[in-house]
Amino acid sequence: MSETNHQATREFSVIGKRIPKLDAAQKAMGRAEYIQDIHLPGMLFGKILYSRYAHADIVKIDTSKAKALPGVHAVLTGEDVPKKMKMGFYKDNPPIKKGKVCSFRDEVAAVAATSPEIAKKALDLIEIEYQELPGIFDPEKAMEKDAPLVHEYHKTNVLNLPWALHYGDVEAAEKASDFVVEEKFTTQWVTHCCLGTSGAIALFDANDNLTIHTNTQIPSLAQKDFLESLKAMGLVNKRVRVIKPIIGGGFGSKLDTYAYEHIAILLARATRKPVKILFDRVEEFKATSTRQPTVIYIKQGCDKNGKLTFRDMRMVLDNGAYTSWGATTPSVMMMPITSLYRVENVRYDAKCVYTNNTYSQAFRGYGNPQATFAIESTLDMLAEKAGIDRLEIRRINRNQPGDVTPQGFKISSCGLSECMDEVEKQIAISGPKEKGVGTGIASLIHVGGGARIYKSDGCGAILKMDDYGKVDIFTGGTDMGQGLDNITAQIVAEELGLLVEDINVVHSDTDVCPWDVGAHASRSTFVAGNAALGAAKKVKETILEYGSKLLDAKPEDLVLKDRTISVAGDPEKTMPIDKLLRKAHFSPQGKMLMADFFYDPDNENMGKEMKGNMSVTYAFGAHGVKVKVDEETGKVTVLDYVAAHDVGRAINPLLLEGQVYGGVVMGLGYALTEEVLVQDGKTMNANFRDYKLFTAKDAIKIKAPVVETYDEYGPFGAKGIGEPGCVPTAPAIANAIYDAVGVRITSLPITPEKVLAALREKKKRPLN
Amino acid sequence: MTTNISFLLNGDKISYEIKDHWTLLHLLREEMGLIGTKEGCGNGECGACTVIVDKLAVNSCLYLAVDADGKVIETIEGLASIDGTLHPLQQSFVDNGGIQCGFCSPGMIMSSKALLDEKPTASYDEIKHALAGNICRCTGYVQILESVEAAKGQLSGGGQ
Repeated sequence: MSETNHQATREFSVIGKRIPKLDAAQKAMGRAEYIQDIHLPGMLFGKILYSRYAHADIVKIDTSKAKALPGVHAVLTGEDVPKKMKMGFYKDNPPIKKGKVCSFRDEVAAVAATSPEIAKKALDLIEIEYQELPGIFDPEKAMEKDAPLVHEYHKTNVLNLPWALHYGDVEAAEKASDFVVEEKFTTQWVTHCCLGTSGAIALFDANDNLTIHTNTQIPSLAQKDFLESLKAMGLVNKRVRVIKPIIGGGFGSKLDTYAYEHIAILLARATRKPVKILFDRVEEFKATSTRQPTVIYIKQGCDKNGKLTFRDMRMVLDNGAYTSWGATTPSVMMMPITSLYRVENVRYDAKCVYTNNTYSQAFRGYGNPQATFAIESTLDMLAEKAGIDRLEIRRINRNQPGDVTPQGFKISSCGLSECMDEVEKQIAISGPKEKGVGTGIASLIHVGGGARIYKSDGCGAILKMDDYGKVDIFTGGTDMGQGLDNITAQIVAEELGLLVEDINVVHSDTDVCPWDVGAHASRSTFVAGNAALGAAKKVKETILEYGSKLLDAKPEDLVLKDRTISVAGDPEKTMPIDKLLRKAHFSPQGKMLMADFFYDPDNENMGKEMKGNMSVTYAFGAHGVKVKVDEETGKVTVLDYVAAHDVGRAINPLLLEGQVYGGVVMGLGYALTEEVLVQDGKTMNANFRDYKLFTAKDAIKIKAPVVETYDEYGPFGAKGIGEPGCVPTAPAIANAIYDAVGVRITSLPITPEKVLAALREKKKRPLN
Repeated sequence: MTTNISFLLNGDKISYEIKDHWTLLHLLREEMGLIGTKEGCGNGECGACTVIVDKLAVNSCLYLAVDADGKVIETIEGLASIDGTLHPLQQSFVDNGGIQCGFCSPGMIMSSKALLDEKPTASYDEIKHALAGNICRCTGYVQILESVEAAKGQLSGGGQ
């Protein structure tokens, strides 16, 4: 029996159980401490002053009045920032700007004072003279020859990034196609809206070592960024300790370090006191980074049997004024473009273009929602043109286990077909419908076994057992509410025959936890899970060794279950695990049981041609939706929603469903209501009244069937599920609207205004 | 300007000298250290700061502390029993996946409590309506609504 099949039929004590989140009671009682709740002795409060213009020269800054205000300990401007202190992988973003501002969110000064009120008052006293410059806000116009330059030194507004690929021969395949469709799509700025706003507290000790409490999804990479900042400040060979408190949501927003963190460090250094910067909601809207907005040109073709022949995509991405991970989302967009369904001839080209708008970051799905919106919308258009049923065209071209896609992705397990079956079972996609009602379907592929974007995709874990049968596991993985602490505890408990409450998961402190690349790419269950499993296996081996001696049995005959070690088939021979641990400890040449493990998945960085097996395994899913469109108002109501996901194995169905539900509703917001309205670079709706999130009143009873394919590389067969829930939502909705009233909306969000305008346009046109 | 106010907080008699411009949220969180009441927007839009004042769920960020004088106030800290037993709503949120990042949870639970205290048999739609002012970005509300539904059964069955 293969390992995979063995996993499929194995009986588990802890894996697969609906175990509540370990920190839920603490949170339910209001005792969980977020950055908002942390107060250090002698702490000062930092505030940031932002630009008054989208694009302007700074002529003069006068901080004398602010400095004179009682209670103010430091006022910093761009002049006080070391030259080499720059953020982002493109290193184009100093934490406080000097000489020139390039967007409304540009930091121009910062203050530390004894209270937030005094700090705010001090900001008001800073006098700045600007000379406004013409701005550029449309990325396609920014590519034109005479467009104003956002950064003169960069010579062009187009970033120098390698986002292009061509496999097969797209042009020949287009000629040979029986049916071809072509369309332009646009997607908007959306923002994470974490309920807990951003914040950090920085402090230096007497030896100039830094401790920073900060909302981050990347403790280890943040540590590296802060070390670089320290180096730029002349503090070499110092230590940085990153402590992540409990955070009020992540969703990708905390995947890079932000100006406020580096400014807190500068202020802490200038004042020699702990400095806390905490965003208010307006700041959270204006000064954190969004999902990458895109302009997408796509062509897809198929033969007369519905087999996809080619996919040709071109994108322009509004980079905003500075560069963060948003500019690398094309590397993930490539995944659905080359590998969602079988398609041999693929071409893709993406340009990231500087504008005087806000800059983008990672956001759940990392480019996948944008690309999948265009792919799955045009797939429906192609099906209609070819006269093939919408589900059928997806079945014909579905990915299958064993496939190697044009980009070199090795599909180990794949339950896409079963996911489509589940959708069809629960929503009659092709069945009869009343007027104004329509159904839509869309699928997804996503990385499910790590994603080698960085040089290492690893995660470390250190496990120790005490004399009482309890475990402390120090993991590099980051829990941000999604429940990685549970997944870690369940994996360790299962492997060691313990209960979940025996496992204490320590995470998010770089002084005690090993390295991890961060909570991104739906990788934590897979990568941090495998790291925890590796450490548990090592300890288990030692337990079995001792058990073998103490119970006089072969190690392979020993079973760890319910806190007990026993000999299979011999109920007399048994010993509580804690007793075994004490015997191991309190004997000559005694031993405490500890182990470490670093798991770095066997995946590949993409080479020059953008080829390589980015992830060890891939997650698949299909969403089906039924909507009603009010033709009088253009309002779209979601009547029913099925989100079927291939997750390998559900380690904890309760938390898994939570990820899917949350993802779907975030996807519905992306599809229908959410948009950061930006006018000439200025955010116009920096509040929850005008930025339209779904509320409990809009909630729907989503069905989330789970397809288990028992991936051979996953911990107990599991794959990632953090992001997939929000990936195919927008195209499923757009396809359902088309099915309902015959209008194809190509621009997100699909507001009633857009639907109504399309309906009016359609009525004007004669019937074909 | 300062004023002396007295109120009942989670069953305890409190007398406090406050500044007139303080919000109830500021008094609870920043002055009294009751961190369970969260500030998500400071603008009455997200519900993270919901507390119960004289049986009514209010956004404490919009409620002036001076107005608390003479009132009966309940916060998330007052829900669990002294022996550590969670209130049925808290336990239900834990058991049904109603909590992920947890930032909205105290406000959600307080809004739910205000509703169920007034109407223990509230319908699913009434629960949705009562929670419409509490934003959650993690759960998509599905398991939150399930949590309240499940607690409803326990509360009407003779719980607290």
